[in-house]
Amino acid sequence: MFFVLPLVNMFLSSFTDSEGFTLNQYKTALFNSYILQGFKNSITLSAVSAIVALVVSLFAVYAMMRFTDPVKERILVMINLTSNFSGIPLAFAFIVLLGNSGLFTLLFEKWNIDALASFSLYSWSGLLLIYIYFQLPLSLMLLYPIYYGIQQQWKEAAALLGANTVQFWMKIGIPVMLPGIVGTFSVLFANAMGAYASAYALTGSDYNLAAIRIGTLLSGDIFAQPELASAIAVLLGATMISAMVLSEWSIKKTRRNL
Amino acid sequence: MKKKGVADLFLLFLMLYLLLPIVATAFYAFATEWNRTVLPEGLTFKWLAILFQDVEFIQAFGRSVLLSGSAVVLAFFFVVPAIFVIVLYFPKYEKWMQTIVVLVYAFPGVILAVGLIRTYTKLGIPMILAVLGVYIISIFPYIYQGTRNSLRNVNAKQLLDAAELLGASKRQAFVRVLLPAIYPGLFVGALLSFSILFGEFVLINLVVGSRFETVQIYLMEKLSTSGHIASAVVFVYLVLMGILTLAISVLTKQSKGLVKS
Repeated sequence: MFFVLPLVNMFLSSFTDSEGFTLNQYKTALFNSYILQGFKNSITLSAVSAIVALVVSLFAVYAMMRFTDPVKERILVMINLTSNFSGIPLAFAFIVLLGNSGLFTLLFEKWNIDALASFSLYSWSGLLLIYIYFQLPLSLMLLYPIYYGIQQQWKEAAALLGANTVQFWMKIGIPVMLPGIVGTFSVLFANAMGAYASAYALTGSDYNLAAIRIGTLLSGDIFAQPELASAIAVLLGATMISAMVLSEWSIKKTRRNL
Repeated sequence: MKKKGVADLFLLFLMLYLLLPIVATAFYAFATEWNRTVLPEGLTFKWLAILFQDVEFIQAFGRSVLLSGSAVVLAFFFVVPAIFVIVLYFPKYEKWMQTIVVLVYAFPGVILAVGLIRTYTKLGIPMILAVLGVYIISIFPYIYQGTRNSLRNVNAKQLLDAAELLGASKRQAFVRVLLPAIYPGLFVGALLSFSILFGEFVLINLVVGSRFETVQIYLMEKLSTSGHIASAVVFVYLVLMGILTLAISVLTKQSKGLVKS
């Protein structure tokens, strides 16, 4: 009742305006260059942040695996703690570090590193930093169990048969983990696509993202257009579902190849 | 040996990246002046004191606890029994549960907010109740996963059968045998759900806005007025989350020990 009904209603209302059934909302959403740009920004930001977080955590989990269990557990608790650190508190923390009078901004000014001192947090690269931050704990938590699936015996067997470490990972490790990696990527991608709070806290509604557009269309006092917001929301949902379906499909495909 | 050093260094940088924002914010909450210098000019408890004297903050905090808390409590009264019944007696319906889990993950707050506003503004019920309803659903994956895992861990079905074989009634077997065995797992799910809801901003902001000011909305307002107060809020939030995280990890360890022994 609180989940399906609103979604259905939203879907229906995306086809209406004050006069009744119409496809105009979609026409606006799909042909308005501003909204399209929002989608483009959202997709690039989500994809790039997901890939960076994924690659970093692949190495990180590999490095973690060499520690003893108690140490691993402590690292995991710490990662867990940072995974709760998202949204507005996170945006604020980055303002403290890199904002206009942030810690690092001042530090770089002192050292006369202009390129870094003029770094703007309220831009694409700033958002990317924050997105990577909240993607990392999630990606670490998702990859950790997948790494556990790689058994020490396989490595030994491969070594006995004459494979070096690189060969082992290229021929055995990565292929075995691939479905998990792809799945993790799609979760991360969806996670970033739906993120709203951090971007909103950082840039208000200045930076053009699909989620932010929905927010402004809903709450805009003068130009509130809930029907258009519905249409964008449906499109956003469709993007995320297709990402998930795509990963599901590629998982099946890789499994068959194994 | 060289390779090991590189890996350690890499991990160290990652941890720095993850922890630095947290440490910096905590510092900022105790700093007297920190606008022109790299390190704070002095340390003070002023900001925390001001924060805790602010009635608005105390009320916002209360509202957050009330809203997230009642969502978790309601979920446990209505959702957990349903999960019990399905996992224990109707395993064939479990794939529907999985579908709900995926659906909840697939639709983020921004999308749900649109639907909520379209659906419930016309009906005239208070929007805060609609948000509460969505909250209950949105923690479903965590509660479901937690409950199902702990039921699996203790072999719930056999446990119940054994208790009944030994002469316990269904009710007795459930209350005296099963519940104590899975209690830590359930508690972990509850704490996790609470901490997730406590940090929720999108729905509450878009659907109810400042009419029901939670900690997150209070923080958003302070962001533009006072950086120091904002960091004090974040600090309090972090301490709370830290306590919850520790409690969760301790309980998880306990419930694992329970199975082993």
